[in-house]
Amino acid sequence: METKENILLSIKDLHVWYRAYGGYLKVLNGVDLIVREGERVGLVGEAGCGKTTTMKSILQILPPRNFLIPKGEIYYKRKDILKMNFSEIQRLRSKEIAMIFQDPTAALNPVFTLGTQIGDVIRYSIALDRGKVRKEKIRALSVKALKEVSLPDPERMLVNYPFQLSGGMRQRVCIAMAISSSRNLLIADEPGTSLDVTIQDQILRLLKEIVEKKGTSIILITHSLGVAREMTDRIYVMYAGTIVETALTKDLFKNPVHPYTKGLLASVPKLSGGGLAKGIPGRIPDYLNPPQGCRFQPRCEYATPSCVETPPQLFEVEKGHLVACYLAQR
Amino acid sequence: MTQLGNNEILKAVNLKKYFRIGKDKKGPIFVRAVDGVNFSIRYGETLGLVGESGSGKSTIAYTVVGMYGPTSGQVLFKDQDIGMKAVRRPLSLKKEIQIVFQDPSSSLNPEQTIEQILSLPLRLHTRTPNRQFKEKMIELLEKVELPSEYLYKFPSSIGGGEKQMVAIARALASNPSLIVLDEPTSALDVSIQAKVINKLMNLQKELHLTYLFITHDLSLMRNVASRIAIMYLGKICEVADTATFFEKPLHPYTQMLISSVPVITEEEEKLKPKKVVSIGEIGSPVNPPSGCSFHPRCPFRMPICSEVDPEMIEVFPEHTVRCHLFSRPEETGSKGV
Repeated sequence: METKENILLSIKDLHVWYRAYGGYLKVLNGVDLIVREGERVGLVGEAGCGKTTTMKSILQILPPRNFLIPKGEIYYKRKDILKMNFSEIQRLRSKEIAMIFQDPTAALNPVFTLGTQIGDVIRYSIALDRGKVRKEKIRALSVKALKEVSLPDPERMLVNYPFQLSGGMRQRVCIAMAISSSRNLLIADEPGTSLDVTIQDQILRLLKEIVEKKGTSIILITHSLGVAREMTDRIYVMYAGTIVETALTKDLFKNPVHPYTKGLLASVPKLSGGGLAKGIPGRIPDYLNPPQGCRFQPRCEYATPSCVETPPQLFEVEKGHLVACYLAQR
Repeated sequence: MTQLGNNEILKAVNLKKYFRIGKDKKGPIFVRAVDGVNFSIRYGETLGLVGESGSGKSTIAYTVVGMYGPTSGQVLFKDQDIGMKAVRRPLSLKKEIQIVFQDPSSSLNPEQTIEQILSLPLRLHTRTPNRQFKEKMIELLEKVELPSEYLYKFPSSIGGGEKQMVAIARALASNPSLIVLDEPTSALDVSIQAKVINKLMNLQKELHLTYLFITHDLSLMRNVASRIAIMYLGKICEVADTATFFEKPLHPYTQMLISSVPVITEEEEKLKPKKVVSIGEIGSPVNPPSGCSFHPRCPFRMPICSEVDPEMIEVFPEHTVRCHLFSRPEETGSKGV
């Protein structure tokens, strides 16, 4: 077992509900997740399974007044984020954890130059400790950040507006903002999804290089198993607000156990051909009235009466490989 | 006038589509969405059209179904020139070519029930007597494996995969021979995508359909297409049948694209050409690079590439490439292959 010290972030039994017409959408239903120092963790699942909600609750950027966290703890360096006051959270957001969003066009403000936007991030994080900062210093640091993401001509880039850049370059700017003041944890929410394949490849390679060079931990949210395989050390598979399986990346692809993971892996079209599998019948449950037991059970071909009654807990099938399924326990 | 080959259903000859976006001192400015494209589709096959966003693949699709008229060039369909917009096309022609769009939530009218959605093409294109109308619609839903009570549902109350199935049923309503599939599954999850694709493939066999399948997902293409054409900035770079395309890609852009695809097994990893690493940005279709439009990103570029636009050359039978590496036979052996 590893020591407690190298655990950077740990989420324990997190429940998040959204307020909606006719009740609460019970989106997250007991998420457990651990990120160690310098580790690259993947969070994989289909649209609407709660990946982004999990990450937003880490940074406390869920839609204001519209959510409820009935249960759960999020420890970052052994402090519970859910119990922090506002200034502590601000410090967390500007010095410790950074997020890269899916759509760089929406993440950047179209009416400010890139220099202003990167500068603000840098100024804020330095000002937290030392008060006022000199303009030249901010500029120098912005240029340095842009150089790190290998953008051409960073000096000139500072006076450009986001619309003057292509999608791939915008995402590079977002990465530059995220790494500009040294962070310990990067959360990348589908960083390549809105980009083309060849550009996505460039962005992912860049992200990998940066993370390796700086020893930053990263949580990569993605719906693409291929991206997760190439980028991460360990993967969490999420379905309808629950973690259904977690394992080291190579183990997960070699030996998937949960029926959902298996179905998902079989559904991915292969570059080597051979046709497509059946896919998984049905669709993601209604969060207003989710199934009582295992949330995957209505779509599962191995469902038993016990699956309907109580949700299965994560069970260790081999070291570091946890599965939430009664099949695995037998 | 160009003739269709005997097993070809559709042929595009030097097809161009420019969009005017403004003007400056030198004259009007155009987006060259499709810039001189030649391809043909054979009866019963699936031609895959791959390319990144802005490469002009959707423009080709829309020109084929008549949402745009071509700027120049010809589109031939069953020995008929169909280079006109849909308003000028006879009904008998519109009936033959149907389209399924990318996002089913926006291509189905949210204020109509599935019954209303399916009844329009039936009323327009078929002579179904009124009393058989319902039967016919239930039959259509059965073809895509949806229960008959779905007739009275609204698109908002069914799932994304089911919506796309309804869109497919709508396309089938007029008994077409060619269906244009414009990224039919890119808005869906993988577990649902598999189901929709399998259904499409079964329907093709059952009803002898021909597909023009557009996607940016190469792994999906590997599993559905019989031949693949790859596009970059409004031009087709390489056409080959699917197996050759993935085993022996010739064009540097194809190699770059295949090596950029994230994969999930070791077996697939071996298929990727290792030597081509993705660099650079996709150029602009308003000001495409001189010569070969791919040359700023190409790892094998030669001086000639920035000056002369290469021609389409048939390197092997049924395998054409638009690249200078192959236009000079003495270099074919040493590079690229």
